[in-house]
Amino acid sequence: MKKTYKLENLDCANCAAKIENAVKEIEGVINASVSFMTQRLTIETEADLDEIMTKVKKIVRTIEPDCEIIF
Amino acid sequence: MNKSLKKLLKKIIIAALLFLAGFFPLPQTWQLLLFIASYLLVGSDIILKAFRNLFKGQIFDENFLMSLATFGAFVLGEYSEAVAVMLFFQIGEFFQSYAVNQSRKSIAALMDIRPDYANVRRGKKIVTVSPEEVKIGETIVIRPGERIPLDGTIIKGSSTLDTAALTGESLPRDVAVNDEVLSGCINLTGVLEVQTAKEFSASTVSQILDLVENASSQKAGIENFITRFARYYTPAVVIIAALLALVPPLALGTFDFRDWGYRAITFLVISCPCALVISIPLSFFGGLGAASRCGILIKGSNYLEALANAHTVVFDKTGTLTKGLFKVSKICPENISKAELLSLAAHIEALSKHPIALSIREAYGQEPDMAVISSVNELPGKGITAVIGADNVAAGNLKFIQGLGIAVKENHTPGTAVYFAVNQKYAGCIIIEDEIREDAAAAITALKTEGVSQTVMLTGDRSDIGKKIASAAGIDKYFANLLPAGKVQKIEELLKQNADLGKVIFVGDGINDAPVLARSDIGIAMGGIGSDAAIEAADIVIMTDEPSKIPSAIRIARKTLRIAKENIIFALGVKFLVLGLGAAGYASIWAAVFADVGVSVIAILNAARALRLHKNC
Repeated sequence: MKKTYKLENLDCANCAAKIENAVKEIEGVINASVSFMTQRLTIETEADLDEIMTKVKKIVRTIEPDCEIIF
Repeated sequence: MNKSLKKLLKKIIIAALLFLAGFFPLPQTWQLLLFIASYLLVGSDIILKAFRNLFKGQIFDENFLMSLATFGAFVLGEYSEAVAVMLFFQIGEFFQSYAVNQSRKSIAALMDIRPDYANVRRGKKIVTVSPEEVKIGETIVIRPGERIPLDGTIIKGSSTLDTAALTGESLPRDVAVNDEVLSGCINLTGVLEVQTAKEFSASTVSQILDLVENASSQKAGIENFITRFARYYTPAVVIIAALLALVPPLALGTFDFRDWGYRAITFLVISCPCALVISIPLSFFGGLGAASRCGILIKGSNYLEALANAHTVVFDKTGTLTKGLFKVSKICPENISKAELLSLAAHIEALSKHPIALSIREAYGQEPDMAVISSVNELPGKGITAVIGADNVAAGNLKFIQGLGIAVKENHTPGTAVYFAVNQKYAGCIIIEDEIREDAAAAITALKTEGVSQTVMLTGDRSDIGKKIASAAGIDKYFANLLPAGKVQKIEELLKQNADLGKVIFVGDGINDAPVLARSDIGIAMGGIGSDAAIEAADIVIMTDEPSKIPSAIRIARKTLRIAKENIIFALGVKFLVLGLGAAGYASIWAAVFADVGVSVIAILNAARALRLHKNC
């Protein structure tokens, strides 16, 4: 399953890269990609999406506190 | 410019003025106060963020590193340098945000084809709803000047459509009842009533937007390399900075922490890989945008990268190099006149829906007289027999007519031949040919100029037809008589032969060559707009049906990649040079500021050139 989310206020390219790396390392995530230019997060997973998104939210809050995930 | 960016600009200007005022010949305390005021104004946000992130365990956060560098400079009494680092860091941030916003905006404007509403006829009323709410089979009304919201078929009215947003074609298209229309086009002249054929999410406009918006999530290898590099670069530079500040003064026994501390600060200032991390995606984003402006939709930066390494371009024949429209090219009558043969042909084919029948009727140019036709018997793939007036007429391929026991003179003109017999006597044949596209030959020449080493054509047609088209287009090699599975096999052979040389591109119309599109390194569907299968199977969709877009796509890809590489070499070159000089004690903090902010600005300006690459098509 592939899902795309918008990341609002993602202002720093390096943070986008950091978020991408951290999300990729969550267990159950097959692939993840953060596009700084389109401010989009794409997640591919077979696991429970809600559980993964809770972890993603935490990662985003740590790396870029101003950034918000739009569902 | 948005609000927060404007606020940042104001801060930067005031801080810059305070900073400059600090250089006037004033008492030293005054100078210091001006510097501190400037520093706090421009840097307080950064310092706050630094503390916040530090508590979350983010030591290699750029805000923290900049704060640390400036604190260090203050401690060493390098007041103006401390302010300059912060001020220029913010100028760099401002410039980055501005450039990124601009390029996001220019792509957004390009993709401004999303229809906002649909007028639906429900009962006797026409209601305006959002396009998502329209169901299949409903009737929508499109007034002049409005955008067509969903794909469908015209049931009432006629008009001209501006299809430029979909195809890049500037000439408006005339449409009338029973014509299919695609969402995203603009209705120019008349009111149209359209019966919808698809839901909004499956309509052309949604598919195009999805494709373009998701393109930058499929990253190029070079982008992933930079992200990986950035992961190690900052920690490495920071660790070296720490070692530089502590080890030499202790090891040398000079305890000269001032000199080595200064060197460590130059390291911290250059520790952010921002220039690279931002300019590489920016280049690819610009390249993808420029391509879509040319009517070339690329599904990911990785395909842009692969295109730049194109070695072999393989074309399907029918519908790709040729128009896929059949036309009568030669009439060879036997014992009757040309006009008589054509008339007979048009009558016997009057009821057939085969493309060949259509082309014969088109050549005849009149409506066949249905009253004279009787006892029609069509054998699909073979031929037709019928009674026309008082004559027994047969039409079909060579074997069919021979099978009726009639002696046929075989015709060797390239093309598809239809043979005719009247009352068991051979009456001649009509040759039907597919036309080559006007820009096919020019496209092949341009591909060679772009450095493509080999062009190949695959066709299911006979060898003589293949040869004719291949030589007219200037194709290097052709393979004829191929069934769909044979095409896949040929692509596999070519992939094997070219494995070390470069990428193999396949160009087809996407209608029945989906397996070949999927198997090749890069599958390009041409004229694919409106065909779900083509958009699904291909990596690149060319919205018009011009083969000449392929060399344009390769040119844009090569230039985009070149810009990205220039940025990597330039940014890394300057950073490593200044790091080296800094460690040796030859680079000032000012030089470090240039290596950080100056390089970012130059790299971003260079990356912004990719947005203008659409001039290459």
